[in-house]
Amino acid sequence: MKKVLAMPQSLTGARWHYCPGCGHGIIHRLVAESMDELGIRERTIGICPVGCAVLAYDYFNCDMLEAAHGRAPAVATGIKRILGDRVVFTYQGDGDLASIGMGEIVHAASRGEKITVFFVNNTVYGMTGGQMAPTTLLGQVTTTSPFGRDKDREGYPMKVAELLSTLEGAAYVTRVAINTPANAARAKKAIKRAFEVQMAGTGFSLVEILSTCPTNWGLGPVEAMKWLEEKMIPYYPLGDYKVKEAQ
Amino acid sequence: MKGNEALAEGAVIAGCRYFFGYPITPQSEVAEYLARRLPQVGGVFLQAESELAAINMVYGGAATGARVMTGSSGPGLSLKQEGISFIAEAELPCVIANISRGGPGLGGIQPAQSDYMQACKGGGHGDYHLVVLAPSSVQEMMDFAIEAFDLADRYRTPVLIMSEGMLGQMMEPVEVRDFVTPAYEKPWAVTGCAGRKPNIVNTLHLPPDELEARNHVLAAKYARLQAEQKRAELFMTEEAELIVVAYGLLSRVAKKAVADLRAQGLRVGLVRPITLWPFPDTFLEACMPAARAFMSIEISMGQMVEDVRLAVNGRAPVDFFGRIGVVPSPREVRDAIEDVAKRRGLA
Ligand SMILES: Cc1ncc(C[n+]2csc(CCOP(=O)(O)OP(=O)(O)O)c2C)c(N)n1
Ligand code: SF4
Repeated sequence: MKKVLAMPQSLTGARWHYCPGCGHGIIHRLVAESMDELGIRERTIGICPVGCAVLAYDYFNCDMLEAAHGRAPAVATGIKRILGDRVVFTYQGDGDLASIGMGEIVHAASRGEKITVFFVNNTVYGMTGGQMAPTTLLGQVTTTSPFGRDKDREGYPMKVAELLSTLEGAAYVTRVAINTPANAARAKKAIKRAFEVQMAGTGFSLVEILSTCPTNWGLGPVEAMKWLEEKMIPYYPLGDYKVKEAQ
Repeated sequence: MKGNEALAEGAVIAGCRYFFGYPITPQSEVAEYLARRLPQVGGVFLQAESELAAINMVYGGAATGARVMTGSSGPGLSLKQEGISFIAEAELPCVIANISRGGPGLGGIQPAQSDYMQACKGGGHGDYHLVVLAPSSVQEMMDFAIEAFDLADRYRTPVLIMSEGMLGQMMEPVEVRDFVTPAYEKPWAVTGCAGRKPNIVNTLHLPPDELEARNHVLAAKYARLQAEQKRAELFMTEEAELIVVAYGLLSRVAKKAVADLRAQGLRVGLVRPITLWPFPDTFLEACMPAARAFMSIEISMGQMVEDVRLAVNGRAPVDFFGRIGVVPSPREVRDAIEDVAKRRGLA
């Protein structure tokens, strides 16, 4: 009998601490499968954020490092500048990357650091209990935007893929989602491609992944997927924002 | 050679090939020198977008096991504190230079030793210490840089070199040593897990017992450092009744003043802390009971004086003299010492 579904080698198999229906588990799996298929597990170094994925070092079966809040791209830079032939990725939430760590991500992209960033956009600060993130949608209620995000009070939600795609050093910037099996398959393709762009030395690569936080959205796992599709995708359109050919 | 350049070349001699920094006066020559020098020896100089980024690049770089360094001054060091706390907890060896300037706030670029507390009493969050070395000459800028990398690797700790901006700018002849080949095994480094289990560099410890256990591991290391690495230079301390404590460039001024006063018959001596942390309290202890009074001289409003008081522990009076923004002249220092000697009935 052929085994059609097995635990990727790039995952340790430790039990998720993520809430039921959370997108992080799906995304971890897509990243791990991509690592397996590219055969890079033993030369990959991953960097966890501060956020719900802070414990990702328990799950990814490769060398891992846990960074201070928002600083993962700088940590990745330090590693990659020394170990240029290794594959280095960061895994960051929207508070981590687009708020406190905006400086680091913009400059890493601008320098064309040959690293890969998995940016998980779930529109809230998950770990600290659902506060407003830079990516919180207009009208969205969070614990720190209790009246709904208002453009005049809290400003507009930030479109990270669009923003970073304007930078010369960015070689591959794309936005995907994990709300349907078809989208998850596309997400995995993008993840693999992002790794390949790094390995080809073309420049900085980032995959923005629209994800869910059922717990802080106050929705069940299925409704959360629906909410992602109906509310998030219209504001955060899926697709490639930057594709630089290898030279 | 300039002090800052000697420090930078010392790093190169020690086998440091990676520098991540952000410009700030009076530290910039360290970065500028290494921007030219590191590519010559197959290394990388990278100007980070901020001190936050620089220290986190050092965190990543040190985690690979390479010898890495950053340098800054005053406000830049303040920004680095979160990263330094992470590096200390993760026990990653690296060297940080503070070519210090006056504060608080933007302060100024004039001579100051007012970052002593930040360097020696934490600075960042949590129970940690740095090894803090205070050179007093251009030669020591180079030698201590080399030594710093060795201490960092031996104890798996960040080491801070504290120098006044003025020492960084000063020119003195230096004797240059041969390149060092670092010989430390780093089985903990993150380099890709080929042929071994994955390594994890981490500072998060959610279970309370695990967190406490980690703190005990760190505390044991700090106890070892205190037992093994307290360093000070003693000058004319035999039978000295009044002990002057001064470090860095200022200790050279104090030395001159002490020599002059000895020549006049005043029984005064100098203890120059070389390690600011661990503070060389045992050297002060050794000066007692002959010493009946102590005096800390600093380019600050009085920071190290607290450690002198702790060392003396109420057994003798401890006085203070300090200026900010200038290195006091030997004459000024002499007058200050004489003044204390009179007040304490020693002259
Ligand atoms: C310097 C600092 N500030 C604040 C925090 C508290 N904190 C922990 S996680 C987090 C937000 C993470 O949210 P996000 O990046 O969106 O990730 P998610 O949890 O949603 O996956 C914050 C603010 C911290 N750990 N460090
Ligand atoms: S709080 Fe949200 S992001 Fe965090 S694990 Fe739960 S569902 Fe996932």
